[in-house]
Amino acid sequence: MMQPDVQTPAGDATSMTAPNDVAFQVEGLNIYYGSFLAVEDINMVIEARSITALIGPSGCGKSTFLRSLNRMHEVIAGARVDGTVLLNGVDLYGPKMDPVVVRRRVGMVFQRPNPFPTMSIADNVLAGLKLNSKRLKKSEAAEIVEKSLRGANLWDEVKDRLDGAGSGLSGGQQQRLCIARAIAVEPEVLLMDEPCSALDPISTLAIEQLMLELKTDYTIVIVTHNMQQAARVSDRTGFFNIEGTGKPGKLVEMGATNKIFTKPDQQATLDYVTGRFG
Amino acid sequence: MTATVQPTSRPSAPDPMHDSAQLSTRQRFAIIASSILLGALSSIWQGAPNWARWVIGSSLVYAVSTYVASRLVEGRRRAADRLATVVFTGAFAVVALPLISLVWTVVERGSKRLDSEFFTSTMRSVVGEGGGAYHAIIGTLVVTGVATALAVPIGMMTGIYLVEYGRGRLARSITSMVDVMTGIPSIVAGLFSYALFVALFGPGTRSGLAGAVALTVLMTPIVVRSVEEMVRLVPDELREASYALGVPKWKTIVKVVLPTAIAGILTGIVLAIARVIGETAPLLVTAGLAQGANWNPFDGRMTTLPVFTYYSYVQPGLPPSAGQDRAWAAALVLGMIVAVLFTIGRILSKILKPKGLR
Repeated sequence: MMQPDVQTPAGDATSMTAPNDVAFQVEGLNIYYGSFLAVEDINMVIEARSITALIGPSGCGKSTFLRSLNRMHEVIAGARVDGTVLLNGVDLYGPKMDPVVVRRRVGMVFQRPNPFPTMSIADNVLAGLKLNSKRLKKSEAAEIVEKSLRGANLWDEVKDRLDGAGSGLSGGQQQRLCIARAIAVEPEVLLMDEPCSALDPISTLAIEQLMLELKTDYTIVIVTHNMQQAARVSDRTGFFNIEGTGKPGKLVEMGATNKIFTKPDQQATLDYVTGRFG
Repeated sequence: MTATVQPTSRPSAPDPMHDSAQLSTRQRFAIIASSILLGALSSIWQGAPNWARWVIGSSLVYAVSTYVASRLVEGRRRAADRLATVVFTGAFAVVALPLISLVWTVVERGSKRLDSEFFTSTMRSVVGEGGGAYHAIIGTLVVTGVATALAVPIGMMTGIYLVEYGRGRLARSITSMVDVMTGIPSIVAGLFSYALFVALFGPGTRSGLAGAVALTVLMTPIVVRSVEEMVRLVPDELREASYALGVPKWKTIVKVVLPTAIAGILTGIVLAIARVIGETAPLLVTAGLAQGANWNPFDGRMTTLPVFTYYSYVQPGLPPSAGQDRAWAAALVLGMIVAVLFTIGRILSKILKPKGLR
């Protein structure tokens, strides 16, 4: 199982180039934890090379849904889905699809910065490649490190201490290191699960600018509790809601960010984005 | 002592923020001096003066008089604080003194025979003075080494299984069996190994390997426990970060989880070795006693340091002092081996410890 999945899937992503083409196509997706239905009947289209924000109250299933886009929810025992998730037309839940391969195509950044404490900054960036036993020449490795760190707007701050510990950086720098680590494996999509909730406003601004730069190359899906952030950075926004505890989360409405925040179709969405919710 | 108390300075309603009255240095010195004196008197009063009685008597007098004086001068809260300090320090002394005394005794008596002959010669054709523990030292190293080589892989894999893979009834029953194994008396482990080797190779079989198997039975649960605890301490976020990069689970464990936990795991392994290296009973049964050096754990009896110590003491030969000196020296060497192991373990875990793990 080692050899076949080493090749990075960047190749087939470049073959589809027209802007605003579809990255994810989600149809009738139900997500279960054991017998508990956490998210019900999601139908959604996520455009390529744009930022899609998912908002909604806590526990409404938006993080669960985000994790189902790269099968990370399967880490929890008993999690399963039905329905289809297509990425560039390929079924991520197809019978022969290995979740490991899915995660190489769909990278993820988490709520709390989590650089590997055993590795230096450079090794953290290369982790995705090295842990998958890819042999790298020294010059090649240095090139990837610089490119990824520049991509994450971190190069100038850390170029003199690439061998230092990743956990010696500030929270915001650590989060950008995690983004560099995620883009070093050249995924097609970046999923971000509240990437700024542990950061101060200045670091948050840095990450938001970075997202705007990254969207020229990557499809970005971000879960956030910060509605200003969703309004600032995203092109399209999806609003999730639940009717009550124990009920499944649903996608209430999805559309252009501008529309969702000014004149959404659903009253519940308007209540939420204007702060009249709960 | 009562002269040192100044009733006028005792506040009627003690202000918790500003303790106006405090025992002065001179007052505290007076309490200490009078405690020592009273302790000395009490030790003489009951017969010949005696160091231990003096120390214990003085400590008791000091505890009581400090509390009373502080209560009168400084108030209740300070007095309780001082009393607690004395009690806790005393508890520490109760634990530390026997240890210091033990180490001192072993060093003092063991150093008599800590010569080059002791490290280079065996007990072959030695009945009286002279002789050494060369064969016992290599025996201990071989038996413990083989036991470590057996117990560490089994223990590590079990521990990793319990944290990373084990679910449901199987994992629970393994956990409880590991708990039971931790409580196995060492002689039972020895008899188990002896019976196993007798069943396999015929009655009376004794070998280093049999001893190593007995030690493995004792060592494995300790390794499992420490590996399990250390691997559990690795934050799930690191595993998720690795999965999200498309790293398979087994590689995540080998390259992310284990390196993060390795410092603690090493400490646990060293502790497990230290726990079994001094075992006497199971080795008495399984590895036995030999007069000469035996490097081969698969064949023949093999002396280890604890067994050597035991026999040197119960069958000291003539003159008996020679054997007893050898016993103490062997005990000292065993202690030194453990100390070296601890030092190596400490250094290794310092080096391997991840920098700045939250």
